[in-house]
Amino acid sequence: MSKRIDVKDLNVYYSKFLAVEGVNIEIKPRSVTAFIGPSGCGKSTFLRTLNRMHEVIPGARVEGEVLLDGDNLYDQNVDPVTVRSQIGMVFQRPNPFPTMSIRDNVLAGVKLNNKRISKSDADNLVEKSLRGANLWNEVKDRLGRPGSGLSGGQQQRLCIARAIAVSPEVILMDEPCSALDPISTLAIEDLINELKNDYTVVIVTHNMQQAARVSDKTAFFNIAGTGKPGKLIEYGETATIFSKPTVKATEDYVSGRFG
Amino acid sequence: MSTTTLTETRGAGQSGDKIFSGATLAAGCLILAVLFSVAVFLLVQALPVAGADPAEITGGEGFSTYIFPIVIGTVVAAAIALLIATPLGIGVALFISHYAPRRLAQGFGYVIDLLAAIPSVVYGAWGYAVLAPELAKGYAWLAENLGWLPIFEGPASQTGRTMLTAGIVLAVMVLPIITSLSREIFLQTPNLHEEAALAMGATRWEMIRMAVLPFARPGIISAAMLGLGRALGETMAVALVLSGGALTASLIASGNQTIAAEIALNFPEAFGLRLSELIAAGLVLFVITLAVNMVARWIITRHKEFSGAN
Repeated sequence: MSKRIDVKDLNVYYSKFLAVEGVNIEIKPRSVTAFIGPSGCGKSTFLRTLNRMHEVIPGARVEGEVLLDGDNLYDQNVDPVTVRSQIGMVFQRPNPFPTMSIRDNVLAGVKLNNKRISKSDADNLVEKSLRGANLWNEVKDRLGRPGSGLSGGQQQRLCIARAIAVSPEVILMDEPCSALDPISTLAIEDLINELKNDYTVVIVTHNMQQAARVSDKTAFFNIAGTGKPGKLIEYGETATIFSKPTVKATEDYVSGRFG
Repeated sequence: MSTTTLTETRGAGQSGDKIFSGATLAAGCLILAVLFSVAVFLLVQALPVAGADPAEITGGEGFSTYIFPIVIGTVVAAAIALLIATPLGIGVALFISHYAPRRLAQGFGYVIDLLAAIPSVVYGAWGYAVLAPELAKGYAWLAENLGWLPIFEGPASQTGRTMLTAGIVLAVMVLPIITSLSREIFLQTPNLHEEAALAMGATRWEMIRMAVLPFARPGIISAAMLGLGRALGETMAVALVLSGGALTASLIASGNQTIAAEIALNFPEAFGLRLSELIAAGLVLFVITLAVNMVARWIITRHKEFSGAN
């Protein structure tokens, strides 16, 4: 259920613009890895290359390799659709499908992969996924109601339930708490702690306290200046990155001297 | 001091606000007044029909016997047009909004809008001179092979100027309306939801089914209803294309008529009771269109909760 990711010499482009340069990183299964760095340093862009969502933008492309348990995601005969069904993603703004009920939202991905699912199996899966996202008790009496009627934090947890319903190998989270209040944020952070028992979790965050609270390892990205490509500056145990980083820029950033 | 600053008014800004709200109110009232006066005109002018002797009405058997076939003709012509134009329009709109390369899509969009700019009399002439003779060959085949279906019963029209041809011409005329409106709505689909679907491993078509079409549903219905409005009321094209006659089930034989074409063809020579008859027919068309729009409104509001507007 959980696979490792190895990235080798990855360059990420928007048409001719090199957005992220030369990333090498190894992400262990069943761990939480946080990407931190100032705005525009390419951490979200890089995250989106891990499930081939980057190329959804016209003109966007990558060079290099992303290996999921040794298999290159960017191999010529790999279909991005397959990649995305195995590597789930949670976005910055909660995006449940407004035209679907809570139940249908959870089942949306499952119905794509395997069209036929018996009602009892579906019921079980909905309950399991919503419990997994710590949302079951709040919505169990209104599964038929639209997902857009929930609060922002509940919607985000619904999106997490939708992502884990398909039992992905990896879950990518792109600033999942930036649109949420502190209490909802805490709920999501607790959830991330539980998710790492089963999944490889990669999270982009602007909030350094959050990175320190939830992650095992932290990657610091930085950019030399506007128009320059973002780079992975330092990657290591979260405790090390926040207490005694080896690179000056990392220390400046985590101690709040810039960014 | 503080009380005076609160009671002070910004003269110019406030009168501007009043003028603007007055202007919008006037515009709103004007449209109601126009609608009302058209309804009153139709009612008053059609009144003589109500009191007339059934034998004096065209056909000699009363107004309902006169109006029934052309109501059916109107609805059938518009239904054929919508059945063809709605799926086609949605397909073209999806191609422009989600499949075509951006530069091609823009040009394509202009061409579709151009279709809407062609006057209906030109469509009528094209349908009469080009489309009908071509379709006549197909009708002969249909009558021969599918003639057991009432709608394809022979003898097929030699000229091709039949209900089906009229419906097809109407479909072409309605197509740009449905396409442009659907395209606008498809382009407004929140990126958020499209990415949600793609990130789950949806193919492009699955993404369209999950995110785009449900979001656009009310818009598609509105577009289809606007198209239906045009198809129901279209006069010139039908008058030119259709070789009208008595009501018949066959769509490929001569016969049938629509209300709008019936009015246009007979109005110049009509006077007295005949004129009232035609205006009463117009009133019926007015009521049909109104009913269609109300049903569409109802369909849209029924699903409001799931529309994403909340």
